Amino acid sequence: MSLGNVQALVLRYLYLYTRTPIRAVELLFWPLVHLLVWGYLTVFLQENMNSDFPFKITYLIGAVILWDILFRAQQGVAIFFLEDVWSRNLLNIFAAPVTNADYLGSTYVVGFFRAGVTSTMLGGLSLLLYSFNIFDLGLALLPFIFNLLVFGWALGMISTALIVRWGPAAETLAWAVPFFIQPFAAVYYPVSALPVGLQWVAKSLPCSYVFEGMRGTLNTGEVDWASLGLATGLNVIYLAAAGVIFVRVMNTAREKGLLTKFASQ
Amino acid sequence: MVAHQGGTGYENPFMSEPILQVTDLTKAFGDVMSVDGVTFDIQKGEILGLLGANGAGKTTAINMVLGIITPTKGSVTVFGKDLSHSRIEILRRMNFCSTYTQLPGNLRVWQNLKVFGKLYRVPDLPKRIDEVLEMLEISHLKNRVSGELSAGEGTRLNLCKALLNRPELLLLDEPTASLDPDIADKVRKVVSRIREEESTTILYTSHNMRDVEEVCDRVVFMHKGKVLFIGTAEETLHHFEEESLEDVFIRVARSGEIKPNRGKQKGEVSK
Repeated sequence: MSLGNVQALVLRYLYLYTRTPIRAVELLFWPLVHLLVWGYLTVFLQENMNSDFPFKITYLIGAVILWDILFRAQQGVAIFFLEDVWSRNLLNIFAAPVTNADYLGSTYVVGFFRAGVTSTMLGGLSLLLYSFNIFDLGLALLPFIFNLLVFGWALGMISTALIVRWGPAAETLAWAVPFFIQPFAAVYYPVSALPVGLQWVAKSLPCSYVFEGMRGTLNTGEVDWASLGLATGLNVIYLAAAGVIFVRVMNTAREKGLLTKFASQ
Repeated sequence: MVAHQGGTGYENPFMSEPILQVTDLTKAFGDVMSVDGVTFDIQKGEILGLLGANGAGKTTAINMVLGIITPTKGSVTVFGKDLSHSRIEILRRMNFCSTYTQLPGNLRVWQNLKVFGKLYRVPDLPKRIDEVLEMLEISHLKNRVSGELSAGEGTRLNLCKALLNRPELLLLDEPTASLDPDIADKVRKVVSRIREEESTTILYTSHNMRDVEEVCDRVVFMHKGKVLFIGTAEETLHHFEEESLEDVFIRVARSGEIKPNRGKQKGEVSK
């Protein structure tokens, strides 16, 4: 991987965002709406529910913040590719001395920035509006964030591969793919709430261990490091598989001339 | 069909180590043969025109030379290296400009050039950006947003991108397609100038026969993926017994016909 190429590709993305502030709507506005809806639902439930309910309602706010880290990391990878499609710049990039690793490396950095901006805003607002401090998770926050970023990158690579393979008509997958897994990811409810068959699906997703871990840590103050280790192991598998899928699809795209079709549409 | 090819009898006036060597290049998309056994080479400092009607296979051939499309068969050798093994190394020394691509419209002109300058590792980049903008006479647009440029200005910006790294091999895919005659003339002069000043080797596709007559040393006529003829403009006219390259182009485009001129032809190959 060439750090110079990664830097150049990230620079292009930064120029894009500083040139068009309206893009901040996507990065800040929707997560804010999400936080406000779930936050005030939390307030309402806290005021009206029986105190022996076995579930801390503030979990929901933590879930909103952590889910957004995964979602923004995935978006960073998938939208990065689409930006080149929309601006008819795809051939210029792929005809330049840029390797798949350079390209993916820059999408990871962009995904990291996007997740960082959104989660910082959400973390600050949740403290201000709902007295929920995400830093109550302590040191466990670091592996939580790391695992969500890596899983988001893997989903982003798979999303991009699907878009390349199926063409512009599949662009909506850039936003849809994370929501395919959300019902099984134990974001807002524990894995045990799912039917037994679907619990296995949940256990195969690294992010479900993070959301379970968040609830556990907020409940007991203890961190289940074994589960986080399992999530990291799963992430290694997902990232490797996504890498193989991405490279294979790019090879297929070169064989079938899919990149030039994208460029001419 | 009869084809006349440089490597089989045509005496190339440049006679040196080829910068680009395309051998039996073939691309099939399902049942459709987009490029069918194309062979040609370009010597250092030569400008080779790739001509043919829409669907002749020119752009597919260029995309295979860039490694954006993988050939079904055949090989591409650039600077003596096999493209399939040394793609990134080769791409650093070449560049391309196509009428079918744009630079991101939200970025300013200098921002786009800075990004690509970094990708091509251009030394002393700010100075080089000023030089290419000056060369294409768009220095006054340096701070403009790329998406607000006219079609002609956008094409010249694309050319600036293509010249940033002083490419040893430059691929130009219909660079004058959207330009008015005045700007097209300026672009042709820039192409001739960089060849003279920097010995840049250029593969040039165009539908504009004036482009071809003015800048190309040799032309490759393609039809339905095959090479029909390779030679200088003069030899091409003589071979096809036509008055102008435009007449040749129209005849080839309509029928794919080549009428051999038995007195003059060289290197006739039966296929």
